[in-house]
Amino acid sequence: MKTKSLKAQNNSLSKTEKQLEILANGIFKDGSLPTFKKKIASNNLPPIRPKKLEILQLNVGYMCNQVCAHCHVDAGPDRKEIMTYKTMEQILKVIKNTKIRTIDLTGGAPEMHPEFRWFVEELRKTDVEEIIVRSNLTILLANKKYNDLPAFFAKHKVHVISSLPFYKREKTDRQRGNGVFESSIKALQMLNKVGYGVLESDLQLDLVYNPSGAFLPGNQAALETDFKKALFEDFGVKFNQLFTITNLPISRFLDYLIASENYEEYMHTLVDAFNPSALENVMCTNTLSVSWEGFLFDCDFNQMLNLKVDIPSRHISEFNQDELKNRFIILSQHCYGCTAGAGSSCQGSIA
Amino acid sequence: MKKNYYQPEDLKKFGSISEWNEDLGAKFFDYYNSVFEKGSLTKREKSLIALAVSHVVQCPYCIDAYTKDCLQRGIVKEDMMEAVHVGAAIKAGAALVHGVQMMNRHDQLSM
Repeated sequence: MKTKSLKAQNNSLSKTEKQLEILANGIFKDGSLPTFKKKIASNNLPPIRPKKLEILQLNVGYMCNQVCAHCHVDAGPDRKEIMTYKTMEQILKVIKNTKIRTIDLTGGAPEMHPEFRWFVEELRKTDVEEIIVRSNLTILLANKKYNDLPAFFAKHKVHVISSLPFYKREKTDRQRGNGVFESSIKALQMLNKVGYGVLESDLQLDLVYNPSGAFLPGNQAALETDFKKALFEDFGVKFNQLFTITNLPISRFLDYLIASENYEEYMHTLVDAFNPSALENVMCTNTLSVSWEGFLFDCDFNQMLNLKVDIPSRHISEFNQDELKNRFIILSQHCYGCTAGAGSSCQGSIA
Repeated sequence: MKKNYYQPEDLKKFGSISEWNEDLGAKFFDYYNSVFEKGSLTKREKSLIALAVSHVVQCPYCIDAYTKDCLQRGIVKEDMMEAVHVGAAIKAGAALVHGVQMMNRHDQLSM
């Protein structure tokens, strides 16, 4: 298990240009596989355009207590990128002036941001209906100062979405690091204890499953049944929904695909599984991603590839809803990850 | 001609068998897809049966396809190996049960 980010390792794949070069060349340049744009056109489908903006996904920084093998953010303890107070204020101003239903906080581990609690409290004062925190679970046990986070989440009715690659130790630890499974189970039990994921409560706790290897996620409903049964029988853990998310071929997962000689086969799998009906609901149609620096992106993946929105006003300080509404989504071959099979988004399958 | 009888990339071309006989090809794939739909058995159970049979018929394409299918369904490797042993045990048993025929024939021919 690697304990450093690609960036800290000086791995060439930490450079976004290098990743985009790989995705544009090879099998996509020699015509073995169609580019994503060509695939859309050959299916007589219109280009992807934004619908109503419903979700603002905020990446508050790349710092994390874990170094997961599949992480598309290349997050880890060695990453110091962090959102400034000024940017957070700019975001709050935008939220007060727009009708955004959901704020989705992600990272890194968003809880590690020094202003995290203040920010959640300020978000709660706005008209936003839902505040999501994407928690890696282990952070709740990583340090005493985080132990009361379940109560904090409950107080502010935060919707907690947590990654748990599998309901058994081995697959989870292989992807997320030794001991992660045990800590994750303890954290889930802490969340259950304050009312998360239990029937009589409205505190929402969802889990995210992503495959631990070069294959697509299976049926979301079937996996949810398996997860619920196993986690309850083995650990008494309850949760609301399971979201299956496909691993996109960028950053650390791209590094894994290339190193394990799975890249070409995986891209074939994604392209073969292209599902036109998933295209209608891809998350870039209702979500906007904001980076720790305050720049705007069509999604968190485009953020990691540094593909800013294709409009003149690219920063939260110059937020322009008309420009955003009329923009074209920036596409590359990683987009196949969101349209394969039952489709994939931060809210799970979409088709 | 390629130097190996089996090419991994040929699995993706399986559908092309219909090109030389559309009618029978279509009938086969229709039947095949229907078999793997959920019935009294779950898709998960069918995937494990397919994996075991793949080993018994020693089809590298099938092993490739159903290992991946099992992974996608969240089937753990221990369960996959257990299924392979079921197939192997039947295959071994099928060989060994002929030992009775051998014994019968032996006794018939012997004084």
